[in-house]
Amino acid sequence: MKPGKMQRKPFFKILIANRGEIALRIMRTARRLGFGVVAVYSDADRDSLHVREADAAVRIGAALPAQPYLDIAAIIAAARAGGADAVHPGYGFLAENEEFALACREAGLVFIGPSPEAIKAMGHKAGAKEIMRKAGVPCVPGYQGADQSDAVMLAEAERIGFPMMIKAVAGGGGRGMRLVAEAGAFADALRSARSEAKAAFGDGSVILERAIVEPRHIEIQVFGDAYGNAVHLGERDCSVQRRHQKLIEEAPSPAVSPQLRERMGAVAVSAVKALAYEGAGTLEFLLDRTGNFYFMEMNTRLQVEHPVTEAITGLDLVELQLRVARGEPLPLRQQDITFSGHAIEVRLCSEDASQDFMPQSGTMAQWQVPDGVRAEHALQPGSVIPPYYDSMIAKLISHGASREEARGQLICGLEQMVAFGVTTNQAFLISCLRHPVFASGEATTAFIGQHRAELLAPKTASSDTALAALLLSVTGPCARRWRGGRSLAATFPVPMRIEIDHVVHDLDLLRQRDGTYVASFDGAQVLEIDELGSETIRFRSNGVMETARFLRQGDRLYFLRHGMTHSVCDLTLWPPESATSSGGDGKVRAALNGRVVAVLVREGERVAAGQPVLTLEAMKMEHVHTAGIAGTVAAIDVAEGEQVTTGRIVVEIEAA
Amino acid sequence: MAVIGNTISPSSAAFKANRDGMLALIERMRTLEERTRTASAAAKDRFHKRGQLLPRERVALVLDSGSPFIELSTLAGYMFDVPDAAKSVPGGGVIAGIGFVSGIRCMVSANDAGIDAGALQPFGLDKTLRVQELALENKLPYVQLVESAGANLLRYRVEDFVRGGNIFRNLARLSAAGLPVVTVTHGSSTAGGAYQTGLSDYIVMVRGRTRAFLAGPPLLKAATGEIATEEELGGAEMHTTISGLGDYLAEDDRDALRIAREIMASLNWDRPAPPNISFKPPRYDAEELLGIMPMDHKRPVDMRQAIARFVDDSDFTEFSANYGPATVCGHARIEGHAIGIITNNGPLDVPGANKATHFIQACCQTRTPLLYLNNTTGYIVGRAYEEAGMIKHGSKMIQAVTSATVPQITIYCGASFGAGNYGMCGRGFHPRFCFSWPNAKTAVMGGEQAAETMAIVTEAAAARRGKPIEKEKLDAMKAQIIGVFDGQMDVFSTSARVLDDGVIDPRDTRGILAEVLAICREGDTRQPQRMQFSVARP
Repeated sequence: MKPGKMQRKPFFKILIANRGEIALRIMRTARRLGFGVVAVYSDADRDSLHVREADAAVRIGAALPAQPYLDIAAIIAAARAGGADAVHPGYGFLAENEEFALACREAGLVFIGPSPEAIKAMGHKAGAKEIMRKAGVPCVPGYQGADQSDAVMLAEAERIGFPMMIKAVAGGGGRGMRLVAEAGAFADALRSARSEAKAAFGDGSVILERAIVEPRHIEIQVFGDAYGNAVHLGERDCSVQRRHQKLIEEAPSPAVSPQLRERMGAVAVSAVKALAYEGAGTLEFLLDRTGNFYFMEMNTRLQVEHPVTEAITGLDLVELQLRVARGEPLPLRQQDITFSGHAIEVRLCSEDASQDFMPQSGTMAQWQVPDGVRAEHALQPGSVIPPYYDSMIAKLISHGASREEARGQLICGLEQMVAFGVTTNQAFLISCLRHPVFASGEATTAFIGQHRAELLAPKTASSDTALAALLLSVTGPCARRWRGGRSLAATFPVPMRIEIDHVVHDLDLLRQRDGTYVASFDGAQVLEIDELGSETIRFRSNGVMETARFLRQGDRLYFLRHGMTHSVCDLTLWPPESATSSGGDGKVRAALNGRVVAVLVREGERVAAGQPVLTLEAMKMEHVHTAGIAGTVAAIDVAEGEQVTTGRIVVEIEAA
Repeated sequence: MAVIGNTISPSSAAFKANRDGMLALIERMRTLEERTRTASAAAKDRFHKRGQLLPRERVALVLDSGSPFIELSTLAGYMFDVPDAAKSVPGGGVIAGIGFVSGIRCMVSANDAGIDAGALQPFGLDKTLRVQELALENKLPYVQLVESAGANLLRYRVEDFVRGGNIFRNLARLSAAGLPVVTVTHGSSTAGGAYQTGLSDYIVMVRGRTRAFLAGPPLLKAATGEIATEEELGGAEMHTTISGLGDYLAEDDRDALRIAREIMASLNWDRPAPPNISFKPPRYDAEELLGIMPMDHKRPVDMRQAIARFVDDSDFTEFSANYGPATVCGHARIEGHAIGIITNNGPLDVPGANKATHFIQACCQTRTPLLYLNNTTGYIVGRAYEEAGMIKHGSKMIQAVTSATVPQITIYCGASFGAGNYGMCGRGFHPRFCFSWPNAKTAVMGGEQAAETMAIVTEAAAARRGKPIEKEKLDAMKAQIIGVFDGQMDVFSTSARVLDDGVIDPRDTRGILAEVLAICREGDTRQPQRMQFSVARP
C-alpha cells in the first residue's frame, strides 16, 4: 500500500470535461451517487442537452479554432468557476492527456482516472509495449534493432515469421512499407523499402513486425484501485471497424473461449498490477486465427463501448471509477465477477456510408430512440449536430440471453430508430448486423473492407420511391388536409421529379377517383392511404398494411421504412441546373460546414478544371474542393484555419 | 333529424340493371376523356425532347398536388370535329377547371397544345367563354397556360372570329374586377392570340419557347419585307428585357410553373380557412347512386333516395311534403353547407310549382343556396291543369328561379324536358354551376312525344286536304323526328354543346357539390378591389 492514498481528498461536485452522450452518461451515475455536476461547453454546444441537464454549465470558448474541449486552462478555470472539486474527463479530448491530469492535481482537483504517470507511460506506444513485454504481456513479434545489416535483418525475419511488415522507422503514409508474404521475397522487399524510405525521409532504417492477417480486435476491461487490487471484466470484441474506428462492439467475443478469456484476463491483470494502475483501463489486443493475441495499446480511460461490459457484468463502470477515485477499494474480487448473456453495441454516426462515410452535420429535426435497448445519446428533436466534433451521435446497446437474441434486439431497435434531418449510418449498421459473416460471429477487422459492396448495396426499393412521391404529394406546404374515400384530384398524373437517397427519378403520380394512388415508375405501383397523421402514415402497398414515420421540411422529406431512413427532396419544380449551382461560374463554394485546412493554389495561378484548389476539414474528415472550370485564380476568399459555412465562396476562378 | 329511410335494394334486378347502365355510361365518358388525353400525349416525345411539358403535365404541376380540381366541359365539341363517335376527340382544345394554386382557388385554363398545336377546337370558344364567366361570377383569379396556334383557319367561321373578341374582353374584365390574370406563355401566342398574353396582369415567359408576336417571320416578310427570326420577334428574352411584355423569365416549363405558383403565393389574397363545422357522411353508400336512376326516363324514381346518398347524415328536412308531393323541396347540408333542394318525383303540377316558388323565396330569405336536381318530363298538361292555371303557376316558378338572389346549382339527374328545364333552373337560367349525370337527357320534349305530335298534326292536315297520308311515310317521318330529338337530348350531345359545365360520376356528386358550395360562398364573401380599368402594362 502506497502512502497518502488513504487520505484521499473527498469531493462533492464533478466537472465533466466532455460533451454529448458521455457527459450525460457520467452525470447520471454521478447524481445517483450524490455528486453535483458541472458541464462545460463551447459556443457550438450552448443549447445542447448536456448543458441543460447539468447543475451548472461554464462556457470554455468558441467552437473553433483551438478546440475549447482541449483547453486545459479553460477547463481548470471552469471547474473553479463552477465550484467543482473533481474532474471526469470522459473519453477522447483530454482523457489521456497527462498534462491535464497533472494540471488537475496541481489545481487541487481530483482527476477521475489514473495517475499522470500511468497516462504518460501508456501514451508512448513503443514504451508501453516495452513495459508490457516486461510484465509478460505478449506483443507482436518484431525487430527494432539498430543493426540494420542484411544478415541480421534476415535472421530476425526468420525468427519473427511470415507474413511480415517492413516499416520505415521514420515512416508515414505507407511509404517505405512492405507486406512480405514469405521468406523468399524478403530480400527484394527489404531493398526496395529501404530505398523508398531513404528517398522519402532521408533515413533508410526499417523495423520488422509480424503481420497479423485479418485479426480480431479484442480488448480487456480492467480496473485497479489504490490498494493494489486489480480485476478484469472480460473482453470486448471490437472487430467491426471502418476507417480504423470501431462501429460495432460486443461482449463476450464469439472468438474467445473461457480458457482464452482467463489467459488474456490474467495477463491484463498482471499488467495493471505491474503499473500500479488506478481506475478504469483497457488493454487492446489483436487476436489471430490460431488464438494468439498480441498487445497493441492500453487506453487509460473509460471506453466508448463500456456499456457492453456493463450489460454482461451488471456493473456500473462509472460508479467504479468514482469509488476508486474517492479512495475506496474495489468493491469486488475477480471471483465475484460473473458474465451473463450477450451484449452488442452499435455506434450511430452522422455520416453517409454511401459517400465513403462522409461525416454529416446539421439539425436533427426529428429524433426518437427505440424502446427495448439501451440508448446513450444527447439529442432531442431539433438538436444541432455541429461539424466540429466526432460524428458519433448515439450508441444503442442490446443485451440478450444469447448473441442471436442480442443481435435481433439490436436490429429491431435500429429499425425503430427515428433520426430525421442528418444522414446517419443506421441502415449500414443494420446491414452489418444482418450480414451472415457477422451473424455467424466470424467478423474480423477486415469485415467491412471485404464486404463493403454488399453492405452498401442500395436498398431503395421501387415501393420506397413510390411512397416518397406519395408523401411529398400529401404533405406539401400547399397540400389540403388529406381525406380518404373518393377523390376529386385532377385525373391526369403529376410528373414528379424526386431525389431519393442521392438518386433522381422522374415518375408520374396519379390520385385515382376511387382515392387510391398510382405511382408510375418502374411499372405502376398502387398505394392506398388508410391514415395520415402529422408524422406517421398508415398505408397499403401490394396488399400489405404498413406504418411509416416521416418528417416534411419544405422541399425535403425524411421517412423511415424497414429500418432505412430515406432522404428525399422534391425537385419537381426546381429550375434546371444553372451555372451557379455547378460551379460553372468559376466560383468554388464550400460543400459543407468546415475548417479550411489547406489552400492548394495561389492567386494568379492557372488551374485546370477539376484541379484541387482547397481542402476543408469537417468532423475529422478532409474534403477536397476542385475548380469547376479551367482558368486563372482571381481571388482566394478564405485563409487556412478559417471556419466556413456551406455555400460560402472560397476560391474564384476567372475563365481562361 | 329527418333521416331518409332506405328503400333501395342493391340486390334487386332493377338496381343491377340501372347500375350496369350507369357504369356503361361512365365508362363511355371516361373513355372519351382518355381518348383526348391520349391524343394530346401523342406529342409527348416531341414536347419532352424540346424540354417542354405536355399541357396536362403543366396543369398538374401548377395545381397543388392532390387538391380537388373541378375539371369543366371535358366533352365539349364531341362529334363536331369529326362526326364519328369512334374518332372524335372532345375537349375543345382547352383544359380548364377550378383548382388550387399555392392554396388559392383559381380558374386554371390551358391550351391543349398536344392537339393541333393548341388551336381552338369546335366549341372551344364556348368553353373558354363559359370558363371565364365562371371566374368572373365566382371571383376567381385566372391562371392561363398558353401555347396556341390560335384559331384553326381551316375551320374559319366569321361568327367565331367576332364572338372570339369576348375572350379578350373577359380578360380585361377580370383584371378590372380585381381578379388577377396570371399567364405562362409556354409557346406560341401569336396574332390575335398574342392578346391572350398581353391582356394578363402577370406574364411568365419561357426562354427559347415563348413566341408572342403579331406577325411571324413569313407574314412579316410578305407584308413589309423585313426579315427577323421568331426569337427576335417574340422570344422570352426580348419580351422580358426590351418590350416589357413579359415580367418573369423562366428557364423551362417547370421553372415557369414554379414562378406562376410563386406569383399566386405572393398575392394578397384571402385563403379561406376550412369551415370549422363538423358534419357526418351520408348514412348510405354513395356507390348505390349508380343503381337509382333508370336508363329509361319514363320509369319513376324517388329522388329522396338519391339525396340520402349525398347529403350529410342523409338528413333531409322535407318542406311541405304532403302538398304537391310530386315536387320535392327540403333543407339539407353538404359538408356543413346549408342548401335547399328542389327535385321532381313526378311532373311539375300546380301545387308543386306553388310549393317550389314558396321554397325558392324562403331560401332567398336566409341566403340558402339552391340545388335543382332535374328529373322532370315537364309541366303537367291537360284540361283540368290548364283550368287550374298551370301556366301562371309555372310562370311564377320561373320568375322565382330567375330572380333568386342565392347561388343556384343545377344537376341534370335524368330527364329535363320542356318548360320543366326552365322551371328547374336549366342552363338558360344561368345557374352558377350546371352538371349532368351520364344518363341525363335534355329536350323540349321526348322524341316519341314529338314524333307522335307531328304525326297527329300531319295526319290532321292531310285529312283536311282529303289526301290521307301513307302509313309508311308517316312512320318514316316519325322515325326521323325521333332520330333528331334523341340525337340531341343525350348528355353526350348536350355536354358537347357546352350546355352544362360537365358530366359527373354520380358518386362524385357530394364531393363536387361541397366544392362548388364552397366556391360560391367564398366568391360571395370575397370583395376584390374593383378598378375602373384593367391593370395596364407600361
